[in-house]
Amino acid sequence: MNGLCDTWLGSMIIGGGNWLLDGLTLLALGVFGTAPTDSQGPVTWADYNTQVVLIGTSCLGFAAGLVGCFALLRRQALVGDALSHATLPGIAAAFLLAEFFGGDGKRLEWLLLGATCSGILGMWMMMQLERLPRIKPDAAMGIILSVFFGAGIVLVTIVQQTEAGHAAGLESFIYGKAASMLRRDTMMIASMAVAVSVVVGLFFKELKLLCFDEGFALARGYPVSRLNALILALVTVVTVIGLQAVGLILIIALLVIPPSAARFWTNSLGPMCWISAGIGAMSAAAGAIASAWAPDLPSGPMMVMTCSGIFAISLICGPARGVLARLARRRDAAGRRT
Amino acid sequence: MTRIITDWYWPLDGWIIAIGILCAASAALLGSFLVLRRLSLLGDSISHAILPGLALAFMWTASRSGWPVFAGAIVAGLLTALASQWLQQRGRVDEGAALGVVFTTLFAIGLILINYGAARVDLDPGCVLYGAIEFAPLDRLSIAGWEMPRAFVVQLIVLVLNTSFVLVLHKELKIATFAPEYAESQGIPVPWLHRGLMVLVAITAVASFESVGSILVVAMLVVPPATALLFVNRLKSLLIASMLLGAVGAIAGHLAAISLPKWFGLRSASTAGMMAVAVGGLFVLVCLVSPRCGLLAAGYRGLSLRLKIAFEDVLACLYRRSERGARSPAKLEEICNRLGRSPFLVQLAIWRYRRLGLLVHSQDGWRLTESGFERAEELVRSHRLWETYLAENLAMPAERLHEAAESLEHFTAQPLRSRLAEEISATEDPHGTPIPPERGTPRKPQD
Repeated sequence: MNGLCDTWLGSMIIGGGNWLLDGLTLLALGVFGTAPTDSQGPVTWADYNTQVVLIGTSCLGFAAGLVGCFALLRRQALVGDALSHATLPGIAAAFLLAEFFGGDGKRLEWLLLGATCSGILGMWMMMQLERLPRIKPDAAMGIILSVFFGAGIVLVTIVQQTEAGHAAGLESFIYGKAASMLRRDTMMIASMAVAVSVVVGLFFKELKLLCFDEGFALARGYPVSRLNALILALVTVVTVIGLQAVGLILIIALLVIPPSAARFWTNSLGPMCWISAGIGAMSAAAGAIASAWAPDLPSGPMMVMTCSGIFAISLICGPARGVLARLARRRDAAGRRT
Repeated sequence: MTRIITDWYWPLDGWIIAIGILCAASAALLGSFLVLRRLSLLGDSISHAILPGLALAFMWTASRSGWPVFAGAIVAGLLTALASQWLQQRGRVDEGAALGVVFTTLFAIGLILINYGAARVDLDPGCVLYGAIEFAPLDRLSIAGWEMPRAFVVQLIVLVLNTSFVLVLHKELKIATFAPEYAESQGIPVPWLHRGLMVLVAITAVASFESVGSILVVAMLVVPPATALLFVNRLKSLLIASMLLGAVGAIAGHLAAISLPKWFGLRSASTAGMMAVAVGGLFVLVCLVSPRCGLLAAGYRGLSLRLKIAFEDVLACLYRRSERGARSPAKLEEICNRLGRSPFLVQLAIWRYRRLGLLVHSQDGWRLTESGFERAEELVRSHRLWETYLAENLAMPAERLHEAAESLEHFTAQPLRSRLAEEISATEDPHGTPIPPERGTPRKPQD
């Protein structure tokens, strides 16, 4: 009976896996994330750990906001969603492989490598799926997301049956790092942000062309499918690094919401990138600060809520495509007509 | 069969498969419309977005099960669908982005609520709403003396609901899906139809998460309809085919989940996960064999074309050799060296042409027969006609002529050769070798 209970609990986690992984992360962020030190006293933000978290999350918000612009304009806003789910089989497989060859399966670098590999595989397969007749990009994303995540859940049930995997939840290990963002993680995120910005800067003209007129880019002889792969690679890097730092839902939010908000403010790509990256960095920082000031507020969800707040403001008063601006323009046009 | 699938236990496994099939069918039915409307990721979004509904219902009633929780989840699911639709129409946000904004926000609200409520009540929503299909048969219900799993009853109700919606509004749904503007002009309330569909998706998703796990319904909403789209042409056949594919995937998934891990000395793997993988496998299978995308057929065509080109190169090589005055039969190694191709391929070409009677064996080498010579001459004629044409009429530089003609020669039949011959004036190609004349009466063009 004991065994049955054990499996029962295990499969509850598996059944709700999709959800629970995200939940664990953000709960970890919320409950523990505010107080990285052992002391439960008031955490000021002169505190070293708070600074580390602050810098790390804002760099991540910056990079995600920047890369998210291109994903949004390519009409693949939810590619981060598909990608982050597609990393699960890689993580479990990396763990199983390491255990099989007698290594330490829980080394972060190794698990991240597994996540990256299966993320890249998923993105590659997604690009192939889109070439099939009648398979639209959203269906390709849905297929990759569900089949990869299903495979990941199957592998995780197998991991749980191994001796080492039973002891501690692999998924919370990889998705729940946010609780204690270390200096090393911040360094990693910061260097990733710099690298991503440099790549975007170098290929800005090509990416812009790809986003707005793919046919023209193709006709001018630009390597369209390679540029497309470049965007997906950037998203992959941001997602994998961000996943272990802040978790699944938050990374999706940081990839989707800032670019969508920035779209209301401007009609040209350069400013949009800056605004989006700025919103990402700002809301990430705001979330971290909010939870440093009020330890009751979980920082991860607070970041998402700040993002959504900025989105709501942009939706209403964005000068380029906001609701008010469009209303005024319509009234203006109507007035001119009469 | 029984030997492969050990410890099959009908009262348990039979129910699991039945529940899986019902869930797959009702999800695939609605999923067909979602995929056609490019809303494939709605299932995943709803699965995250119901959290605040759950949390509120739980904090309200302090009970972990029952109708309030279910209703809360449905309201939250509905909110996702409506809010994202509003953002998309009024805010002109990209549809994927609209979904992303809404579901991440709702999920964050849910977490903040839980964080707030956690101090007062013990809430672990994982235990509230998320079940596993493996244990669904254990939770039983007695209806009119028949004892059956609760999940089975719930899924049956959902399937009946979805099917009757689709059957009753079949015509309207069809027009609204394929020609929304026309539907509007005919007075069909398209937005309301859309909202009705969203309500049903939310109900299906919530009912399924509770008993069978979220990944199953997320997969069944997308993969079977996308698979069916690869080989059907009508809405009715799309609906039927995707429901059948979902059912097949559910059966195959459960069989795989209880039998595959045993081969590696493990107990079992997640059934819901395996069902998702199984429908993915069905997708790949259909990709390979379906006549429309038919990767297998396309691969075969590509391969046979490559072989045809490689084979014809062997013929042309033998012709050029005899043109240069070589009287002895050509040896295998010599042909390989000239063409730079592997002996295997050349051997294959020789075997093929020998059967067609274009080549004969003589003095441990190979020689063209009369018909083989004719065939090779046509190829070489095409090649040199093209070279001359490209040089004269398109002024292509001399070093690129051969390469271009080399690929064109395989696709040039007699009528095109005559047209090319009319266009050019020279009787020699740009490299100074004579263009062989066209033989006798025009034959029917080669494929």
